[in-house]
Amino acid sequence: MAYSEKVIDHYENPRNVGSFDKGDDSVGTGMVGAPACGDVMKLQIKVNKDGVIEDARFKTYGCGSAIASSSLVTEWVKGKKLDEAASIKNTQIAAELSLPPVKIHCSILAEDAIKAAVEDYKKKHP
Amino acid sequence: MTLKYPIYLDYSATTPVDPRVAQKMIPFLTEHFGNPASRSHAFGWKAEEAVEEAREHVAALVRCDAKELVWTSGATESINLALKGAAEFYKTKGKHLVTVKTEHKATLDSMRELERRGFEVTYLDVQPNGLLDLNQLDSSLRKDTILVSVMFVNNEIGVIQDIPAIGEMCRKRGILFHVDSAQATGKCDIDLQALKVDLMSFSAHKTYGPKGIGALFVRRKPRVRLEAQMHGGGHERGFRSGTLASHQIIGMGEAYRLAKLEMASEREHVRALRDKLLAGMQQMEEVFINGDMERRVPHNLNLSFNFVEGESLIMAVKDIAVSSGSACTSASLEPSYVLRALGRSDELAHSSIRFTLGRFTTQEEVEYTVNHLKTKVTKLRDLSPLWEMHKDGIDLSTVQWAAH
Repeated sequence: MAYSEKVIDHYENPRNVGSFDKGDDSVGTGMVGAPACGDVMKLQIKVNKDGVIEDARFKTYGCGSAIASSSLVTEWVKGKKLDEAASIKNTQIAAELSLPPVKIHCSILAEDAIKAAVEDYKKKHP
Repeated sequence: MTLKYPIYLDYSATTPVDPRVAQKMIPFLTEHFGNPASRSHAFGWKAEEAVEEAREHVAALVRCDAKELVWTSGATESINLALKGAAEFYKTKGKHLVTVKTEHKATLDSMRELERRGFEVTYLDVQPNGLLDLNQLDSSLRKDTILVSVMFVNNEIGVIQDIPAIGEMCRKRGILFHVDSAQATGKCDIDLQALKVDLMSFSAHKTYGPKGIGALFVRRKPRVRLEAQMHGGGHERGFRSGTLASHQIIGMGEAYRLAKLEMASEREHVRALRDKLLAGMQQMEEVFINGDMERRVPHNLNLSFNFVEGESLIMAVKDIAVSSGSACTSASLEPSYVLRALGRSDELAHSSIRFTLGRFTTQEEVEYTVNHLKTKVTKLRDLSPLWEMHKDGIDLSTVQWAAH
């Protein structure tokens, strides 16, 4: 399979790899996917008092496109308000990375990961 | 010695044509281009003589009579001809066929087609080591079973099935036995004089011959009959019509001649390298071998690198050419059905890599591969949430995943 240059770049130099403390009040954690399906994404956001995402981290088990999709969204969510971040669409991710049709599920997973992280943060701050 | 990248460790996918084989083939493209079926002039005679000599070489490697071999376009065609041809010919005797879940798709898909034509097929499970349980096979055989098909060597995990024992079992009951030997030639001793095998499929390009050529062994004593699947000029005693691809046939003959001469020394060469590769890989944590290590061809190593996804690993190890057991690349997100049949978890099946070594593999290439894999697996595990959970002591089988 031929990967786009952007996928290869994110894959070889993934941005914001790592973990925040899940228990930290300012952190929202989203974990989506399943090992049986071949991808699991963990996305974490750190949110400041104004509800703006200051920082993000990810870890992904999955193919190159899954790694690239999650790396990309850690960059995109930074500086966004929670609702803005949650409105990122998988089609934007797929377009940015020129994902082929068989890899669209990777972008869907990345979208789900953002939503899950935002949800988790909101649960901590009802 | 300087290494050339990517390092080729996918000899079970295909092998390079041995330069000695290529040399032998070339004159049959340009100079001795005659049609082996032309009986009226020297061009035809020359081609026919060379084709028959090649047939003798193939026969010699597998110890059968040259007259029992039918040229085909490759193992897939041989398997199709053997299974469909025998099933259709003997369908009045019975409609039950038996095969194994870990067979090559050429067998499984031919069986599916036969099911559509009204045959009933039993697909046997394998044990966790990849080998067939002969008692289970025995109890699957019925009065109306007409054909059993089992591969000699598995293409993904390299395990060797007990062909002599299965042959005895089938012959005793008067059931035809087909063996897919695409991965066995040049690796295992094949003695068709001793084996109770009725039909055997061969390929050239897994044994340093060209692609697009293969053969089917059809036993004469006791005689096995087939319904032809390719109709035309009645070539190959009517079993398979079509002008013989003489240059490819000559290539297959030469490849098999060399395999017979060099098999013993080559086996030791690849076994030593494979063991070195395995020892290097086992220095890492959570690396698992797929398939039995004893009953296995010496050039195959199939490993699962737990907590690393196979396709990303293939992408990471771009300096080496290997295959993944994760079929993510082929648009279906299914992990290898062979590894699943061993009872491997989806995670481990998704995390597997098949290394297959061969005639031209070197020590330096193996050393490079070990170091390359260690670096890349470490990098991907640092990226893997599953590895992190494992390190935190979480048992992943207890986690509720949101399947998608």
